[in-house]
Amino acid sequence: MPPREGTYGLLAEFVTPGDLVRAAQQARKDGWRRLDCYTPYPVEEAAEAIGFHRNKVPLVTLIGGLIGLAAMFALETWVSVLAYPLNIGGRPLYSWPAFIVPAYEWTILFAGLSAAFGMLALNGLPALYHPLFNAHNFRDGATTDKFFLCLEALDPKFELVEARAYLESFQPVSVVEVDY
Amino acid sequence: MATSEVRDNPQLDSATGEYRVIAPGQTFRSVTEKITHIVLTSSTPLGWFALFGVGGALATLLLVAVTWLFLVGVGIWGITQPVAWGFAIINFVWWIGIGHAGTLISAILLLFKQSWRNSINRFAEAMTIFAVVCAGMFPLIHVGRPWLAYWMLPYPNTMDLWPQFRSPLLWDVFAVSTYATISVVFWYIGMVPDFGTMRDRSQSKIAQYFYGLASLGWRGSVRHWARYETASLLLAGLATPLVLSVHTVISFDFAVAVLPGWHTTIFPPYFVAGAIYSGFAMVLTLAIPLRKFYHLEGLVTERHIDNMGKVMLATGFIVAYGYGMEVFMAWYSASHWEAFMMWNRMFGPMGWSYWVLITCNLAIPLTTLWSRKLRTSIPYMFFISIVVNTGMWFERFVIVVTSLYRDFLPSSWGTYRATKWDYMTYVGTLGLFTALFLLFVRFLPMIPMSEIRMMLPAAKIKAKSTAEAGD
Repeated sequence: MPPREGTYGLLAEFVTPGDLVRAAQQARKDGWRRLDCYTPYPVEEAAEAIGFHRNKVPLVTLIGGLIGLAAMFALETWVSVLAYPLNIGGRPLYSWPAFIVPAYEWTILFAGLSAAFGMLALNGLPALYHPLFNAHNFRDGATTDKFFLCLEALDPKFELVEARAYLESFQPVSVVEVDY
Repeated sequence: MATSEVRDNPQLDSATGEYRVIAPGQTFRSVTEKITHIVLTSSTPLGWFALFGVGGALATLLLVAVTWLFLVGVGIWGITQPVAWGFAIINFVWWIGIGHAGTLISAILLLFKQSWRNSINRFAEAMTIFAVVCAGMFPLIHVGRPWLAYWMLPYPNTMDLWPQFRSPLLWDVFAVSTYATISVVFWYIGMVPDFGTMRDRSQSKIAQYFYGLASLGWRGSVRHWARYETASLLLAGLATPLVLSVHTVISFDFAVAVLPGWHTTIFPPYFVAGAIYSGFAMVLTLAIPLRKFYHLEGLVTERHIDNMGKVMLATGFIVAYGYGMEVFMAWYSASHWEAFMMWNRMFGPMGWSYWVLITCNLAIPLTTLWSRKLRTSIPYMFFISIVVNTGMWFERFVIVVTSLYRDFLPSSWGTYRATKWDYMTYVGTLGLFTALFLLFVRFLPMIPMSEIRMMLPAAKIKAKSTAEAGD
């Protein structure tokens, strides 16, 4: 893939989460679809405002947990019944109540790892590079105390001058053009 | 509490009369700077080096003791027949128990939406991990030939041998290894956004590079945050049954045996409650000096100390019920062996250890923690935390040793005496724990910044009309 060039998007900076959410709601209402908000802590209202309501992390976690459960229970049964049958105090080889505990632990292990790594994978992380870090004001505030709205150039409505004027109408602290 | 006191003291919430969770006057930036400065400053406080020196020196004892153990064998310890489980198992259970409060704070209190936990959850989780490190070592070095400890895992091998899945000791392998893994993952995922902040706040290239790598490129997109919040809740929901199962499985190591003093169904809940009891004591032992040393009184307030005191009071009473039930069952079971075990535990040659346990776990904390004045008194809570940690160590000692040393046949009775190697190993893990914890405090953000920001008044989103009017 050739290196992308040109403009990634326009980044508007706000001081309060309320201003950001109102701007994002309006932008969504006005037909913008390729947009994202950047906040120093989870702002649920902002995610709702840009139309991000549900995610696949719970499904990934469920699948992971079921795999863990099935894998450990199958291993225990195979080991105890077929691979290495041992007579322990005359108990049946297939003594399933005793198998519950390790199977339970592995359910949690696999579900937990799936939740964590699934979340990262769905987020496209780890990422060593992102164009937003080229914006001079992004690193000063996005992870501390500033709230950003980014209109991306991939949006069909995106036209540099008009988009800038549109963002200025929300009275942000600044609007910065971000390059790839 | 008197109204005038509430009005005059800015640390108190005027609506409820409780101590505030976060002292007034904090902003997003002040919180961030306060927490990142501890790590990003180039001047390490002298006291840190002094404590690290002590921790490191004690950890060296562990190295010496374990080296000698590997060369000579477990015969250097005080374990013998009939007390074949000595300090190693006592310390294992004690350390794992301490870890449990960290998971309780980070997972269970998150599910219950107890937002006061936000200030203390990061270092409580760190405490969990370092406690599990210390705990996990004991069974490994206790197995006799520790270089073969991996035989406990099910893996295809040329001997065609497989582990025996009906044994609680094997369940322990899975419970503790899962607990360690999930705790580390939960802790790390929780730190990712804060690593992003550290990357952006640090001035030095090296710090930016390493925090940048650790942050995985976190940029705070609200889509990412939404998935992140879901994953955190799911991890909390998974860690909650996990933490309850870990000490339950450990109690099975005892309860599944037929020995009087071990063979009892009260063990699982009583072990879990005891674990949380001692864990909160350890959080207090760590939090009280930390907030003083790093001037974090605005973020870890009297409210936290007070609430932890309440949790200790509640879990302490569950533990007290467990002790009571043991005595009751010794009589009600009408079993000669049970009755003798209880009498011997209280009045036998090692009866002193039982009374130390009763004094430290019940007599001192459960009579005084009722008082709000004492619960918010910092020196007193520090004192109580040390008392309860001591008491809980003696609980493990009483369970392991006083059940074992005089069992069914008087001809096989014996005694237990720990050797200097036992003490060195135990004190060594305390040193290792201290050293690891100090490294954590120096290099990682010890208070979760993103969660604190959420709790600030500025994070409230106001409707357009009231926004202009102000708060």
